[in-house]
Amino acid sequence: MNHLIFLIIAFPLLSGVSLIASSRRVREPLAGWIATGAVGLSFLTTLGVFITLLGSHSGGPSHAVTQHLFDWINVGSLHANVDLAVDPLSITMCLFVTGISTLIHLYSIGYMHGEEDFTKFFIYLNLFVASMLILVLGGNMLLTFTGWEGVGVCSYWLVSYYFQKDSAASAGKKAFIYNRVADVGFLLAMFIIFFNEHTLTYSKMTAHMSSLTLTMAVLALLFAAAGKSAQIPLFNWLPDAMEGPTPVSALIHAATMVTAGVYLLCRMHVVVSASPTGQWVICGIGLATAFVAATIATSQSDIKKGLAFSTVSQIGYMVLAVGTGDYVAAMFLMVAHAFFKALLFLGSGSVIHALDGEQEMGRMGGLRKYLPWTYGTFLFGWLAIVGVPPFAGFWAKGSVLDAVFGKSPWLWAGGLLTALLTAYYMSRLFYLTFTGSARFTEEGPNGEAAVAHPHESPWTMRLPLVILAFCSIFGGLLDLPWVHGYGLEAFLSPVFGSSLVIPADSVTKQFLLAGADALVAVLGLSIAWVLWRGRSERPELTPAFLAKVWYWDNFYDTIIGRPATALATFTAEVVDPLVLDGAVDGTAAAVGGLATRLRKVHNGQVRSYGVGIIFGLLVILVSFLVVVG
Amino acid sequence: MHTFPYLVVLLCIPLFGAGLVGLVGLRSPQGARLLALAATVVELVFAVALLVAFKTHVGAFQFESTHTWMAPLGISFSLGVDGISLFLVLLTALVVPIVILGTSVGEKATGYLAWLLLLQAASIASFVSLDLMLFFFAFELTLVPSYFLIVKYGHERRAYAATKFFVMTFLGSAFLLVGILVLAFQHENQTGVLTFSLAALQHTTLSSGLEIWLSLAFLVAFGVKAPIFPLHTWSPTTYREAPEGGSMVLSAILAKLGTYGILRFNLTLFPHASKTLAPLVLTLAAIGVLYGAITASGQHDMKRLIAYSSLAQVGFIILGTFSFSPQGLTGAVTMMVNHGIITAAFFMLIGWIAQRRGSFDTAVLKGLQGPVPVLAGVFTLTMLASIGLPGLNGFVGEFLVLIGTFTTHRWWAVVATTGVVVAAMYLLWNYQQVFHGKADAETEKMSDLTTKECLTIAPLLVLIVLLGVYPKFMLDRIEPSVHRELAGITAAAPAAATQTHHVTFTSPVGGAR
Repeated sequence: MNHLIFLIIAFPLLSGVSLIASSRRVREPLAGWIATGAVGLSFLTTLGVFITLLGSHSGGPSHAVTQHLFDWINVGSLHANVDLAVDPLSITMCLFVTGISTLIHLYSIGYMHGEEDFTKFFIYLNLFVASMLILVLGGNMLLTFTGWEGVGVCSYWLVSYYFQKDSAASAGKKAFIYNRVADVGFLLAMFIIFFNEHTLTYSKMTAHMSSLTLTMAVLALLFAAAGKSAQIPLFNWLPDAMEGPTPVSALIHAATMVTAGVYLLCRMHVVVSASPTGQWVICGIGLATAFVAATIATSQSDIKKGLAFSTVSQIGYMVLAVGTGDYVAAMFLMVAHAFFKALLFLGSGSVIHALDGEQEMGRMGGLRKYLPWTYGTFLFGWLAIVGVPPFAGFWAKGSVLDAVFGKSPWLWAGGLLTALLTAYYMSRLFYLTFTGSARFTEEGPNGEAAVAHPHESPWTMRLPLVILAFCSIFGGLLDLPWVHGYGLEAFLSPVFGSSLVIPADSVTKQFLLAGADALVAVLGLSIAWVLWRGRSERPELTPAFLAKVWYWDNFYDTIIGRPATALATFTAEVVDPLVLDGAVDGTAAAVGGLATRLRKVHNGQVRSYGVGIIFGLLVILVSFLVVVG
Repeated sequence: MHTFPYLVVLLCIPLFGAGLVGLVGLRSPQGARLLALAATVVELVFAVALLVAFKTHVGAFQFESTHTWMAPLGISFSLGVDGISLFLVLLTALVVPIVILGTSVGEKATGYLAWLLLLQAASIASFVSLDLMLFFFAFELTLVPSYFLIVKYGHERRAYAATKFFVMTFLGSAFLLVGILVLAFQHENQTGVLTFSLAALQHTTLSSGLEIWLSLAFLVAFGVKAPIFPLHTWSPTTYREAPEGGSMVLSAILAKLGTYGILRFNLTLFPHASKTLAPLVLTLAAIGVLYGAITASGQHDMKRLIAYSSLAQVGFIILGTFSFSPQGLTGAVTMMVNHGIITAAFFMLIGWIAQRRGSFDTAVLKGLQGPVPVLAGVFTLTMLASIGLPGLNGFVGEFLVLIGTFTTHRWWAVVATTGVVVAAMYLLWNYQQVFHGKADAETEKMSDLTTKECLTIAPLLVLIVLLGVYPKFMLDRIEPSVHRELAGITAAAPAAATQTHHVTFTSPVGGAR
């Protein structure tokens, strides 16, 4: 299978490119099926490669396979080739990325029904998957960066998919620019590492640098990750990105692309682990983001925005886990989160679809009766993210909090408080949407149209919901705490080593920690029930400060946006034309009254001068050619 | 050694083509157009043949030919091409036929075509001259057709723009001429031989003060042409007022004469001074990167926006050149070619938009993606290449420049890296203004790209992707010449005595000095 690794990327890439070429002829629904089939094939190839790797896993000398495709950028000591590297870490990513992508492609066939640009949507989606897989499989930082930028561009296209809407166009641009800001971190990290290690290839990195250099490298990487994975200080593009169609939010802005920053930090674990200072900063950013985003999520009225902040918060947990050095916990939560968050987003998409595009939870309620499949599956997604045992989220978040406790009880307390908030806001979202009385049957106060009979979605949308619900229920089996030697931890150990962190030592302690997690989950769920049962609006619980994202956007606008715009206008309208060019014209005037002549160009002086030169030169040249020829 | 005289042929085709086009055009404008097209296509074929015949992994000049010419004055007709100039020759051969196919200036096009061909001949002559005086002739000769292209076929303020362009670049050239003469006389004093040959003059012994003055004289001439901040002020007006074909040639090819001149002549002839002046030039380059990008953000006119964007891109090229690192220099050469391709595509697309909608102004243009999706897609690809998306051609040079500069001049690289963000900002903002949103009635009537237009721009798009995915065939030819250039600088640098040692024994080309 090892020479077929490239097919994992080739299937979606070829499908995307051939759909571009035939976009005028191939339309709904064929384009959707082609795209889905290509990603499905990619998933099957990944499975094949995975099984081959498992075969070589036990006792085999190599846990990593590299497929060299072609030379790329080789200058001097810089060698960055198109090498695809399969190891337990990258194949884990590939499996869930291609798996969930296949489901979301299938879902989109139903969801995007009737859209004018149906084919274009699937082109973007295919290209996204191909880029994401390049990101994951890249054997060096530069190739990862290529995928990294590719997913950014596809995200830009998909967020501004409804480009005629100004808010969608602006949101796409905002997402791109925030990611571009973070790219400075990625580029600087590459420069620092190349300068010190003379390589960008992951397998050759040693982290033999001074501690200051290491810290700089880790901070640069963290900055890069903060952009892609929507962490403080670059997190506020993600809620805007919800302007994209909901399958996009599920695939790109919940399950896959936004976890790329965490993946990068895991991929660079050699460097990250070597810098204790860097690790503390990572912990701080992760926890702060988890907490801040959770507070914001409590006060959102738009179902997708609520889920978006939940994603930010959950990725905060993953970053926190990376900071503790427990990369396996980070990966575990990443995979589990991909299952339940994709499920929640697709479920919300099903709701939005049923309500003709309504996203305000104030206009929902009581949907349990109308949308049994959506309700039934969403239920498990909710229980999973809240952290109720025995669903996937409980185990995954538990393993993160275990690791955090080992690092510092204070961090752990912060993580637990955030878990309480998580349980609360997710339950509020769930109750507002599915329980209580239906608030959409009558026309809304702002003229929202009434929806008499919301319809359950077609099977192409229900099937992915069911599969993801199944994964959300049983996802915990990937890495149960008392099973050693089989789960994710054992599988990933060739990459990260077997024991990077001292686990919470005694069984009693483990049970106490797990008990605290479960308790907090139930507590949050109950508080939400008490506060929100049968209510749809409680302004005192959703303060503007939280609803408006801690005024983060306004802050950036004041300190960066407006000054930058003013500066651009100033240089474009004053500095360049008047000061610099004015100096040129002024000098000219001073030297020889040139300015006067500039205004009288039509008198032909310059022109005749030019003709003089050209004839002189021509005569010389031709005479030469005659002599030589 | 008898090899096919590619370089002479490459000079003669457009030169005589220009004359023939002028003559034929008197009778039949249509015939002139076909002739011009045929000439440039044949030129392109020979340029590709040159690429095929070019020996990879050789750093020295190839296809060298020297003929005596005005021997009493020491001027020789000496030509040669190496990895640094090869792709600029190809770029010149590629862009001109695309300009002829993709742009039009109405009925009286004969002059336009003849000037374009002459400009092509002069540009190629500049890139392959190994004699400083011959270079100077060719370099000056480019001014004339450029001037006429602008003043005869440009937009409203063409006269002002053309004069400004002419006067500024001509003043710059005056410094160059004086510099060349002083250098040649200095060489004559030392050796008794009056020559303008690059190979001979680079062994001239110069006092450090004189070397710096000469270096500055060259820098001013090339800096105006490139343009380097703050000598750029002619460029926004000129690019704006020139006909689109003129803007394409000016920014894609003529600007490269400046950056090429610095790399070829400043670095070769004045290695000490280049090192001494590096902090100054690097600072100007970094300022150019940021200043160009910020000023571009404030533009309402698409052509002016691309002009300022070019200023930023040239900043990167200069940065790489003065990084004195193999990655930086290779990146600079790569970027000259790639920027040429991208900017030519930009100006052509903007011209096509204006043809349909009658404006370059973002206040007028809105919602184009709906009525003209193919044009929007092509524009997007060009924009992404310009932003520096990996996998497309713009990235390769930019990345090499930055990583190379980081290894030798860290803080300048850090500052320039932030320019990468601003580039994304102004281009995306521009794209949103022009292509997103709802189209008005006038815009709705716009027609999408015709098949002919698609085919015309296709070569540029193919190269944008190809040179991004597989830049190796370019890098493999550029790098040896860059190493040769660097070996020359290192060997000459007084402070780098130990490195000289290193080069002499380990580099296959270092010993040649």
